Amino acid sequence: MKVKQISIFLENKTGRLARVTEVLGENNINIRALSIADTTDFGILRLIVDDPEKAVEVLRSAGFVVSTTEVLAVEVDDRPGALSKALRVLDENGINIEYLYAFVQKDPEKALVVFRVEKVEDAIKELTGNGITLISSDKVYKL
Amino acid sequence: MYWEKEYETMSRGQIKEIQLKRLKSLVERLYNNVPFYRKKFKERGILPGDIKTLEDIRHLPFTTKQDLRDTYPFGMFAVPMEEVVRLHGSSGTTGKPVVVGYTKNDLKTWGSLMARCMTMAGVSSKDVVQNAYGYGLFTGGLGVHYGAETLGAAVVPMSGGNTAKQLMLMQDFGTSVLACTPTYALYMAEEAHAGGVDWNKIKLKVGIFGAEPWSDAMRQQLEERWNITALDIYGLSEVLGPGVACECLCKKGLHINEDHFIAEVIDPETGEQLPYGEKGELVFTSLTKEAFPVLRYRTRDISVLYEDKCQCGRTLVRMERVTGRTDDMLIIRGVNVFPSQVESVLLEFGETEPHYLLVVDRKGAMDDLEIWVEVSDRMFSDKVRGLEDLEKRLKSRLFSVLGISAKIKLVEPKSIPRSEGKAKRIVDKRLK
Repeated sequence: MKVKQISIFLENKTGRLARVTEVLGENNINIRALSIADTTDFGILRLIVDDPEKAVEVLRSAGFVVSTTEVLAVEVDDRPGALSKALRVLDENGINIEYLYAFVQKDPEKALVVFRVEKVEDAIKELTGNGITLISSDKVYKL
Repeated sequence: MYWEKEYETMSRGQIKEIQLKRLKSLVERLYNNVPFYRKKFKERGILPGDIKTLEDIRHLPFTTKQDLRDTYPFGMFAVPMEEVVRLHGSSGTTGKPVVVGYTKNDLKTWGSLMARCMTMAGVSSKDVVQNAYGYGLFTGGLGVHYGAETLGAAVVPMSGGNTAKQLMLMQDFGTSVLACTPTYALYMAEEAHAGGVDWNKIKLKVGIFGAEPWSDAMRQQLEERWNITALDIYGLSEVLGPGVACECLCKKGLHINEDHFIAEVIDPETGEQLPYGEKGELVFTSLTKEAFPVLRYRTRDISVLYEDKCQCGRTLVRMERVTGRTDDMLIIRGVNVFPSQVESVLLEFGETEPHYLLVVDRKGAMDDLEIWVEVSDRMFSDKVRGLEDLEKRLKSRLFSVLGISAKIKLVEPKSIPRSEGKAKRIVDKRLK
């Protein structure tokens, strides 16, 4: 149920994001979802890619600092209010969300959202127990 | 004006005679009372009686900052602790300071040498001296304090900081002499010019600035902004504290109080003595200190000595304003900072091979220290909060080790320039 996300440290200077995507492109790695968190001095680029192990390897050898984290890919209907159900479940069970961001999605009926939570196992249990669909990593990488 | 005219204006021959007499007695004391020196003398086969002329000082061993660290805290003291009445410290590389001690006599000598320096700078008992050097372990604050009292001036023990109050008292008390680091004096000037100061009430005439290197360009700025004479004072805790040397009103170098210190300039590579007029590393021997005398202490400060008589009438040798260091020590806001201190903190944080850069700049009037740290895999997580926490913890740990605050900037790996495999540790953008 868990999906591997890779995070890359970026200094706030021009050309760094382009360099990351170049390295991935040269190695034929496809980006499935991305988000950037930034402060005045630095940014953290978070990616879901089709081959996380290889991505970590090629980015490290290109000189980037990379870490991997387990996140959840939550599928919700593409209609108003659908996301709030999943959020409510987590909230009611005292599971904090560090951050979340949306996927590039090809199915017009469904939306995919990446959840980074503190207690991953608890979140899986509560979300699936409440009828919310989590997408497996295999499926996510192949999207 | 002189404080001790007979010593300040005696012939070169007389000065050398006094120095030799005092050197002989110092070597005797060191041999008998300080095991560190006795061991060094024995290794070289030197006995106190071997010192027959001033030139023989060349055969005596140097003392380095490392020696002082190795003997922490009291290993270099030449008197029993019951005779020590004061301890001071200068910053060390791993948080442990270098400790220096003073007997009652030492404090008296120090006060008198500071009074001599201040008199040289045109200060008299009629003056109000605002002392904005830090009070505490640092020798600057108390050194100036007792000097001003010995001189009979009225001293305002402000210590550093609290600029609004500094300016208020300066106006209300009619402060005529300001003693602090040159960068703080510039900062105060900026604040004063920003408004709220009645310039008719500012009676400042002299600034006695030291504890960090500064340039003639800064002197000009300080003199213009405060409408004062700005003079350089020199000293270091290991040798005395402030009061080793000071500029007179001629501003042609700093007169060294040679009846209490022998100054040499050496080639920092070979350790060979250099003649007057040649640039090299300053080395001081404290002749009269009782509690903590040092023999040929290597200051790492670069300067030149001039022996010709000054227009002020003093015959004391002059040293050129310190222009640099032979090691990588930085002086930031009057505080000594070594890159190795930063390294030790990063090692504490679990970095096995930390890459960092100290970037020093002058923002407005104040020195500004930014420490760039290359982020490594082990420091990094996907959370912004994780990195912000790391910055915060680094900042507070560095503050406790360095004694000054620094901005932490996290940078990407390999972004700090390396030369021949060794990283460059310092970028100093301050004007020289």
